[in-house]
Amino acid sequence: MSKTLLDINNLKVSFFTPAGEVKAINDISIRMEEGDVLGIVGESGSGKSVTAYSIMGLIPYPGRIVSGTIEFNGHKIHEMTEKELQDIRGNEVSIIFQDPMTSLNPVYTVGNQIQEVLFLHTKMDKKQAYERSLELLSLVGINEPERRLKQYPHELSGGMRQRVMIAIALACEPKLLIADEPTTALDVTIQAQILELMMELKKKINMSIILITHDLGIVASMCDKIAVMYAGKIVESGTADDIFYNPQHEYTKGLLKSIPKLNKKEHEKLVPIKGVPVDMLNPPAGCPFAPRCDSCMKICLRKMPEYTNISDKHICACWLLQKKGYEAATGGDR
Amino acid sequence: MSDKRNPLSFQLDVSDFLPADESEKQSLVVMRESVSFWKDGFRRLRKNKVAMVSLAVIIFIMIFAFILPAFYPYSYEQQIRGSENLGIMQYSKEELARKAAGEKVFPHFLGTDSLGRDITVRLMMGSRISLLVGLVASAIILVIGSTYGAISGYFGGKIDMIMMRIVDIIYTVPDILIIILFSVTLKYPLKDLAANVKGFAWIETVGVGLISIFIVFSLLYWVGMARIVRGQILSLKEQDYVTAAKALGASHGRIIRKHLLTNAIGPLIVTTTLQIPSAIFTESFLSFIGLGVSAPMPSLGSMASQALNGIRSYPHRLMAPAIMISIIILSFNLLGDGLRDAFDPKLKD
Amino acid sequence: MGGYIIKRVASAIVTIFAVATITFFLMFLVPGGPFLAEKAPSPQTLEALEKKYGLDQPVTVQYINYMKRLVLKLDLGTSLKKRGQEVNDIIRVRFPVSAKLGGIAVLTAVCLGIPLGSIAALNREKWLDRTIMAIATVGNAIPSFVVATVLMYVCGVVLRILPTLGLTSPAHYVLPVISLSFYPTAYIARLTRTSMLDVLGQDYMRTAKAKGLSRFKSLFKHALRNAVLPVVTYLGPLLAFIMTGNFVVERIFTIPGLGSEFISSITDRDYPLIMGTTIFLATLLIVLNVIVDIAYKIIDPRIKLK
Repeated sequence: MSKTLLDINNLKVSFFTPAGEVKAINDISIRMEEGDVLGIVGESGSGKSVTAYSIMGLIPYPGRIVSGTIEFNGHKIHEMTEKELQDIRGNEVSIIFQDPMTSLNPVYTVGNQIQEVLFLHTKMDKKQAYERSLELLSLVGINEPERRLKQYPHELSGGMRQRVMIAIALACEPKLLIADEPTTALDVTIQAQILELMMELKKKINMSIILITHDLGIVASMCDKIAVMYAGKIVESGTADDIFYNPQHEYTKGLLKSIPKLNKKEHEKLVPIKGVPVDMLNPPAGCPFAPRCDSCMKICLRKMPEYTNISDKHICACWLLQKKGYEAATGGDR
Repeated sequence: MSDKRNPLSFQLDVSDFLPADESEKQSLVVMRESVSFWKDGFRRLRKNKVAMVSLAVIIFIMIFAFILPAFYPYSYEQQIRGSENLGIMQYSKEELARKAAGEKVFPHFLGTDSLGRDITVRLMMGSRISLLVGLVASAIILVIGSTYGAISGYFGGKIDMIMMRIVDIIYTVPDILIIILFSVTLKYPLKDLAANVKGFAWIETVGVGLISIFIVFSLLYWVGMARIVRGQILSLKEQDYVTAAKALGASHGRIIRKHLLTNAIGPLIVTTTLQIPSAIFTESFLSFIGLGVSAPMPSLGSMASQALNGIRSYPHRLMAPAIMISIIILSFNLLGDGLRDAFDPKLKD
Repeated sequence: MGGYIIKRVASAIVTIFAVATITFFLMFLVPGGPFLAEKAPSPQTLEALEKKYGLDQPVTVQYINYMKRLVLKLDLGTSLKKRGQEVNDIIRVRFPVSAKLGGIAVLTAVCLGIPLGSIAALNREKWLDRTIMAIATVGNAIPSFVVATVLMYVCGVVLRILPTLGLTSPAHYVLPVISLSFYPTAYIARLTRTSMLDVLGQDYMRTAKAKGLSRFKSLFKHALRNAVLPVVTYLGPLLAFIMTGNFVVERIFTIPGLGSEFISSITDRDYPLIMGTTIFLATLLIVLNVIVDIAYKIIDPRIKLK
């Protein structure tokens, strides 16, 4: 059995805004082994990005960890000081952001921004750092690296900039790469290239990846494990096969129905999920998905369901599953 | 992932597993009240204490400047003989004699100047000039700037290019120097006009100095407004409702008025409000260097300038207009900031 | 780059030309033309004077002559009130005084305003921020003549701690420089605060943090340079403000600079001097603005140089 790289237990993260406490992450647990590719899926505001930031100790003001633990590669992230976190960031764990257009500083050259992270975490001198940055640019598939190093971000295309971001992220060969919607802002053709590049690099330097996205199509092709998030909670998680061929949660089912498929028959319509996500300032006591759920029951509105283990790795939090178990236990006469 | 195991609980009530109806589901969805742009803006403005205090101060100063002088026993040009150079709340000998005789004498709150004119009423009139300049100049700038900018932005292409080139040139002209130059020279033709051409006598009533200040401001200061309006229009033009209006055959004028200007109104209000203090600023500067309204009409700038000579003996003559002008500008600045925060959060500094 | 500079310089020349033309024709609105005072001299003197200054010729000829002198000889004419004194000479003597004072004021405003604004932004909504911003807001409402006169009264008359007349020792600079730089310092502080807050919220600041940069390093390397860009664009208006501020501040503190000379030329209706000084100062401002614009393009690589 491989080594555990990341272990998040009962994590709660809240943003303390003037309007009140926003529970962005409400009791989630995640476990990742070395070499895993984990997909976190959910719509905007479901807490998937905050999960990523928590791992790096990057939760923006006014948010903070309320309770729970994050252990990464032997470090207890939740109790580390800012100074200790700085040594890990960009070194053992790196992140690529959604919008490559704004994630690079416009007033410094590409070379400067890549070498910055090298000077920070390694003992390279100028020449070595230059050589390494050339190597990194070739690694991420940028041609004419010498010329690119001297260019400013605005002189590069979006896909090119995302490659630069990846180069920065990979500079110190991190154990874990977090990709926060890395392709959302890019053209579809570029999307595929970037994803392919990430998978290729993963094999080359043997790192783990957390891929955060709202696009189920992307996770299907890349991830070993998938966690579906809704309103700060993981409502279902399992292997890609579990999620795609045996979805249990009504939200997961809804998500799957709402993606277009080529092999579907023509008359099969796409089914959008009705309604809007809950107001995170006043989260309901019960299942957050209940108001939008077609099979909603009375209890769903009052109480959050516990997880049901469908198989070894497949878990899901839904009262329907509890009901099934209940019926089975009571003889199924209802 | 989570390996939390859940032993099935058998204490559950069967009825819990009955389907919930729509109304039960809806009760969970907390809907925030939806409010219109204006309602929301005014609510935010009312909540802004600083802006509301500023507004109150402005209203107070307006009463002080426009209404009080009419009821005041002294007038700004009246030279009271024997009452020259009085200090704060002082009376002249003659006035004291009258008081002793049982007559009621209205006090000179801020004393009198070297010509025996009551400073309080002059302060009121000076504030009136400042406010007038600020309000009228801004209104002129608003009209010229928004019309020009709207036309330029709406039609785009060559028209826009030429119109904006003109704006660019005016923008690079050092405005204050040209304003000084206009103020120095304009009064001659204006006097001519008032004296010789029928129907222009009102120029003399309003005052040549004031008119030339209005002309100068409206000649130079509208370019900033024109740029802002043009920018607004350019971005609004791309909106679908404009395309829809065009498709329905609405005329150019109607689209500009109905769809574009109404949507650009937030930034317009904010920019205009912030224009007022800057016009007042410039007017006070001009009258301080001796170019504003002509004597005996006082202006806060000229009052401060005249007080400079007697600064050792009569510092209050300087402080009164100095404090007044600062309060006026500060109030308008703060009100403008409040309006901006309320109606146009995007347009920060 | 070269192309941009040429374009910018060309448009500056057009503007200067326009200013000179406006100046000339505005002066024609003055009775008796730009070279005569209001008081009507005797017909004989008038005729002689008109001949001397070429006032008997048609406007167009006068205009051409005036522009010729201006462009070819850089000759701004002769003062009316100070007989025989060339405007050029007056400027040569007076301008360095104003330039030194103004330069110090500009430096003060920039060197104080940027740190104050940054400090305020980094302590957002805390008492330090509120204090700095309260002072800056008030500072933005006080005209420089008010600052100057009040300072003069308080420091010069009441406390008697600083000299208020002339510009003969370093101590003499204190009050005029404060008067001149008070408003722009406040303005720059507010500007820097706003742009700093904007920059701090940018994605690249998050990237910097995610790289493992310390707060201090990411502020100095990544935030500050982006945050001061708007301040560079304010330098143009700042120079104009300092220049007009000089007019009143020099008058109040009786400093023998070009500003006080300009004000007295307005009071004296010394039209050639008004004209000459206006053209000189306008040219100076326009040229400085071109320099600022070019500097901005160099600092901000995003703007493509045409």
